Amino acid sequence: MLRYTLKRLLQAIPTLLIVITLSFFLMHLAPGGPFDGERQLPPEIEANLMANYHLDEPVWKQYLNYMGNLLQGDLGPSFKYKDFSVTELVAQGFPVSLELGIWAVGLALLIGLPLGVIAALRRNSTIDYLVMGTALAGVAIPNFVIAPLLALVFGVFLGWLPVGGWNEGAWPNLVLPVVALSIQQIAYIARMMRASMIEVLGSHFIRTARAKGLAETEVIWRHAMRPAMLPVVSYLGPAIAGIITGSVVIEQIFGIPGIGRYFVQAALNRDYTLVMGTVVFYGALIVLLNLLVDLLYSALDPQIRYDD
Amino acid sequence: MSQPLLEIDRLRVDFDLPGGTVTAVKDLSFTVHAGETLALVGESGSGKSVSSTAAMRLLPELARPDGAIRWHGGQQPEDLLLVGAKRMRQIRGNEISMIFQEPMTSLNPLHRIGRQIVEVLTKHTALRGSAARERACSLLEQVGIPDPERRLGSYPHELSGGQRQRVMIAMALACEPKLLIADEPTTALDVTVQAQILSLLKDLQQRYGMAILFITHDLGIVRHFADRVCVMQQGERVESGPTAELFADPQHAYTRMLIDAEPRGRKAPVPDQTPLLLEAHDLRVRFPMKKRLFRPADYFEAVRGIDLSVKRGQTLGIVGESGSGKSTLGRALLRLLESRGDIRFDDTALDGLDTAAMRPLRSRMQVVFQDPFGSLSPRMTVGEIIGEGLRVHAPLLGRRERDARVQEALADVALDPAMRHRYPHEFSGGQRQRIAIARALVLKPELLLLDEPTSALDRSVQATVIELLRDLQHKHDLTYLFISHDLAVVRALADSVLVMKDGEVVEQGDTEALFSQPRHTYTQELMRAAFLDHQAA
Repeated sequence: MLRYTLKRLLQAIPTLLIVITLSFFLMHLAPGGPFDGERQLPPEIEANLMANYHLDEPVWKQYLNYMGNLLQGDLGPSFKYKDFSVTELVAQGFPVSLELGIWAVGLALLIGLPLGVIAALRRNSTIDYLVMGTALAGVAIPNFVIAPLLALVFGVFLGWLPVGGWNEGAWPNLVLPVVALSIQQIAYIARMMRASMIEVLGSHFIRTARAKGLAETEVIWRHAMRPAMLPVVSYLGPAIAGIITGSVVIEQIFGIPGIGRYFVQAALNRDYTLVMGTVVFYGALIVLLNLLVDLLYSALDPQIRYDD
Repeated sequence: MSQPLLEIDRLRVDFDLPGGTVTAVKDLSFTVHAGETLALVGESGSGKSVSSTAAMRLLPELARPDGAIRWHGGQQPEDLLLVGAKRMRQIRGNEISMIFQEPMTSLNPLHRIGRQIVEVLTKHTALRGSAARERACSLLEQVGIPDPERRLGSYPHELSGGQRQRVMIAMALACEPKLLIADEPTTALDVTVQAQILSLLKDLQQRYGMAILFITHDLGIVRHFADRVCVMQQGERVESGPTAELFADPQHAYTRMLIDAEPRGRKAPVPDQTPLLLEAHDLRVRFPMKKRLFRPADYFEAVRGIDLSVKRGQTLGIVGESGSGKSTLGRALLRLLESRGDIRFDDTALDGLDTAAMRPLRSRMQVVFQDPFGSLSPRMTVGEIIGEGLRVHAPLLGRRERDARVQEALADVALDPAMRHRYPHEFSGGQRQRIAIARALVLKPELLLLDEPTSALDRSVQATVIELLRDLQHKHDLTYLFISHDLAVVRALADSVLVMKDGEVVEQGDTEALFSQPRHTYTQELMRAAFLDHQAA
């Protein structure tokens, strides 16, 4: 297990390298630069700034420079937030994004799993069609459509919840962004859980469990639940990645000061170092969470053993 | 005779399918008495499993059973189709237990063996905690699981198929049921393992005095195992009676056909001076186990130095259990797998020939595989499947001539040539196997590798395919490599036999000599397990 974990961590290095390299060059390919603005800066000032941040050097040299600094754990200064380093900005935004993400994943599981199970047990009933129909809509409608709609209905028309802002994570501020972020995942998880539950209920060992004289609730809770959840567990990796990318949009819409919002603004401002810092940080996070999910899977399924 | 335990009375089971109602069982009546073994015999689709599943009330929701299933194992007689769900759960696993055909998948893969056995005990008995665990341990011991204490902590995937079936039996016997329903419990197992499981069931039956309702398609088992037999065909009982009587004097035509369907006859020898067609010396096949960086790979040797020779027109039977390397050997001989050692086909040394050099020889050696359902492409018509080889090996053949050859091949395997425009799914298993044979024959091969060609077929269908293979061999002077785990079939078809175990030949020789006087203990064990020792030559 330990060897497997170490091996996976080693494998993460080339993955991250590719992600960082691609992002770096793509970003520099995009037209514009960090000091382009509405108001044209005097050429000598701009040249000074460029020189100060080594932006006047060839791109490959900047790349090597960046990689050198990165190896020392230095994500560089932000071009826009001039008093902060990128590390400071990420450290500031991450707790906010993390709180949002944990709530969203939790809500997705808390609602998605039971919905899927109910639909599976009441297969081809009205409840099943209702759940699956709603889930299909949930999958199909993007979160940047859902989020403003939610804000409009619950914030503007009904006035129950604030339409934006973070307010130190107070729960009325949390509800709409968390719901908007998790709806798609709820839908995916419900659909997946339904399909896998139906499959498990038709399997031979469930027949054995019934032949033992177990009641239907025992059959489901003791024998069907865990195997049915396995596909959902392996989906958690992509789900978390989906929530992270989703949060970029959602934080922007609801004005939440998390990493996602920094990322969008940084990309618009060509704040090269901040964009790169976010990419590096989220890239590493996704790789790490995927590893965690795989380890969790092996803990749940004794047939999976990582011993090499 | 003792009193009845289970009475199936005019049982009818309908399935409400989207396309209409299908009747799986109709007007079926039989009785199982306390302590006896009743065999329910029939081919696939005869309704034998449906009727036993109905007794446990484990039928799928689409099924509508009708009639009566009277159970006399409780305090008073009751109809299992009518009792409440709660009472039914008391009966399941406690008064009536069931074991199934699929030992590999019938245990929960995520629960330890011990927990699965203890679960039945806590459900139906007062045993709890360490007392239940001790009982589970002793049950494992009774079903012959070595080191039972440790095995309680094992997961199903750590056990072999035979061991898993033993665990299923332990679980079924945990509450000492009055009736055990065994639905093809040994079909998925190797013959020697089958023999062990059957004798275990017999022992346990005597110890616990339980009745067994044994569902099977295998008449060899029935003859040795059952007190009485009930023969089913298309959902109906066609005949029943005590085993010895029924086998000695079958009344119904279907029963007679089933009994006659056991392969008979012997292969006529070829003249002594017939030349060799295929010869192999010190043949070895190995598979890499795990590739590791910077370290030499480990190899698993599946075929370990085998010598053999087959004359033109002969059949070499290759016999062994799963994992013995028999299929690997067959494929290596035709150079479908990399191997070491010498192989001579006719006058050509095959070893060392590359794919291109092998190609002209390919039409002279063909293969028929076990699975008649998986080995024909579902998107091609039968004519296209059969004619495909001709496109490769006889590209100059015109469309008309090719079609004529396809028709000829179909006629050869006794199928209507008009069927060449249809698709594989429209055919039964036996017909598909004929199509597979026609596909091989159309190239006019000299050597045919038959890898378990009859194993997936019902016994009566199997008999006709064997007859066909015999005729074709005679007509076209074919040489067969016949791979099978079924000794009765091999005995009926082969000139000589090669018995394999763990990649090696344990015994090799003339069929008649080998069957009448097997020398190696493993061969003897195989024959005992296949119930061949009783049959006069």
